[in-house]
Amino acid sequence: MAQSLERQKAKPHLVEEWVGKVYTLLCIAFLIITIFSIVYFVASKGLSTFFVNHVNVIDLLSGLKWVPEGEPALFGALPFIFGSFSTSILAALIAAPLGFCAAVFMVEIAPKFGRRYLQPVIELLAGIPSVVYGFVGLSVIVPFFRNVFPGQGIGIAAGAIVLSVMILPTITTIATDALAALPRGLKEGSFALGATRWQTIYRIVLPTTLPALMTGIVLGIARAFGEALAVQMVIGNAPHIPRSLFESASTLTSAITLSMGNTAMGTIANNALWSLALILMLMTFVFVFIVRWLEGRSKL
Amino acid sequence: MKKTMTVLMALTLTVALAACGQNNKGNGNASNGGGSEIEGSFLASGSSALLPLVEQVSKKFMETNNKVSIQVQAGGSGTGLTQVSEGQSAIGNSDVFAEEKLDADKAAELVDHQVAVVGIAAVVNKEVTVDNLTKQQLVDIFTGKVTNWKDVGGNDQNIQIINRPSSSGTRATFEKYALGQKSEDLKGSIQEDSSGTVNKLVGETPGAIGYLALSYLDDSIKTVKYEGVEASVDNVANGTYPVWAYEHMYTKGEPNAAVKAFLDYMLSDEVQNGDVVELGYIPASKMEVKRDVEGNITK
Repeated sequence: MAQSLERQKAKPHLVEEWVGKVYTLLCIAFLIITIFSIVYFVASKGLSTFFVNHVNVIDLLSGLKWVPEGEPALFGALPFIFGSFSTSILAALIAAPLGFCAAVFMVEIAPKFGRRYLQPVIELLAGIPSVVYGFVGLSVIVPFFRNVFPGQGIGIAAGAIVLSVMILPTITTIATDALAALPRGLKEGSFALGATRWQTIYRIVLPTTLPALMTGIVLGIARAFGEALAVQMVIGNAPHIPRSLFESASTLTSAITLSMGNTAMGTIANNALWSLALILMLMTFVFVFIVRWLEGRSKL
Repeated sequence: MKKTMTVLMALTLTVALAACGQNNKGNGNASNGGGSEIEGSFLASGSSALLPLVEQVSKKFMETNNKVSIQVQAGGSGTGLTQVSEGQSAIGNSDVFAEEKLDADKAAELVDHQVAVVGIAAVVNKEVTVDNLTKQQLVDIFTGKVTNWKDVGGNDQNIQIINRPSSSGTRATFEKYALGQKSEDLKGSIQEDSSGTVNKLVGETPGAIGYLALSYLDDSIKTVKYEGVEASVDNVANGTYPVWAYEHMYTKGEPNAAVKAFLDYMLSDEVQNGDVVELGYIPASKMEVKRDVEGNITK
C-alpha cells in the first residue's frame, strides 16, 4: 500500500525536480550571458579608443589634459583617476573609524539598544537615493566649507564627506556581522585571564576580525568609487588635479555622466568616455579580487 | 566568435529593453476611409532642454489622438541624434544642428524640424555690480585672462566660473554666438550639467558667473546685458540679441503619418503661442531672423 502510494508520487516529483533544474539553469545562463555581454560591450567600446581612434594607452592614463572636442583632441584621464581614488579613499578614512565604533558599540557594549535602534537607523542610510545626498551636500556641506575654508567649498573634501555617509552602512553592517560571529570562547578566555573589556576589544576582538573589517572597507571604497550622481553635484567637475581639498576636481564617474548623453555614439569623444568606463570596470575587478583575498586570510 | 558575441549581446539587450519596448517604426497608417484618425506609437528622445516642451505637448496630443502613443525620453542631444540616425527613435531632439555632432553623411539623412528657439543669457551672482559685459570681456573671463571683477568694472572680487561640460549644447551655443571661440576648462572652474544646479550655484557662490537659458532665469540671480543688449524674448526674435539656438526635432527621412501629425501639431499656433511661450521658449514662428548651420543670419 505504502509502496504504491510512493510510486504514484514519484512521477510528479521527478517533473517538479526537472522543472526546478531547468528554471535555475536558465536563470544562471541568463545571468552569465548578461555579465559577459556587459563586459564585452564595455571592453569593445572602451578599447576602440585605442584600436580604432589610435589614442595611446599611456597618454590616456597619464595625460593631464582632457579636451575631447579640441584641436587636437586630448584625452588625459589622470585627473579623473586621481579624483576617484582620492575621494573614495578619503571617504573610507572618515567612515571606517565611525563604522567600527558603531559596530563595537552594537555588539560589545550595548547589544540590546544598539541592535534594536542603532542598526536599523544606520541601514536606513543605505536606502536614501544618491541625488538626495548630493542635494544635501550642495545645500549644507558646500556652503559650510565655503564660509569656513578658502575656496568655493566645492571639491574633494565635500565629495568625500557625502560619500563617507553613503558607505557608512556597508562598513558598519559588515563589521557588526564579523564581530557578532566571533566565537564566545575567545572573549571568555580573555576575561578569564583577567583582561578588562577594553583590553579584550582592543587586543582580541579587533585583531581577530581585522580581515573582515578590511573587507568592509574595500567594499565601501568600491561603492564610493562607482558612485556618480552625489559626487558629481558637489565636486565641481573641472578636469584638473586640484591643489587643495576645496578646489574643483573631477572623478571618472562624473566625467562619464556629464558628457555621455551629449556625445554621439561612435565618435572619438564618446569612445574615450567608454574607456573611462572600462577603467572603472577593471577597478571593480581589482576590488573584488582584494575582497576575495582578504576572505581567504580570515582567521575565523 | 565576435559575431556570436554580438548576437548574444543583441539578444540580451532586446530582452532587457523589452520593458521599455515600443514600436519605433510606428504603424502610422491613416485610415483612408471617412475620418482622418491616425494611429501609431513612437519614441522621441534626446535633449533635456527640450524635454519639458515635448512631454507637455505629447500629452495633449495623445488626449486628442488616443490611438497614438508617444514616449518621451531625455538623454542628451548626442543620444537623441544617435538614436534617430540609427532608427531607434522616430524623433531625435537636439539643441544643436545634426551636422555639429554627426558625420556629414549621417546628418544628411536627417530632416530638421525647428520647433522653438532658446535664448541664452550670461548670469552672475546678485552681489556682482557689473550689469553689462562686452564680447571681449566675456572672452577674457571664460579663457582665464581676467580673474577679478575689478578688471571689467566691478568690485575687487575673484571671478568664479560656473561652466557647462565641454560636450553640452548650451555651452556650444554660448561659445559660438557670445564668445565667438571655444572656452577652456579652467582650473578651479565648476562644471555642472543641469541648469537647476547652475542656477543654484550662481545664486549662492560669491563672484560667480555662468549662463542659462532664458526659461531658467529668476530673481535669485542677475542677468547681464550682452554688448548693451538685454537678453529678452523680443530682442532674440528681432535679431538684436545674438545668443540663441534652435531646438531641433530631427526625423530620419520624411516622417510617417503619426509623427508628421505630431510635428505639425507642435508647429501649430495653438502650441507655438501656448505651451512654447508658457514654458519659456521662443516660438519658431515669431523669429524675424533665420540662421543656418554656419551661423549666417538672414532676415
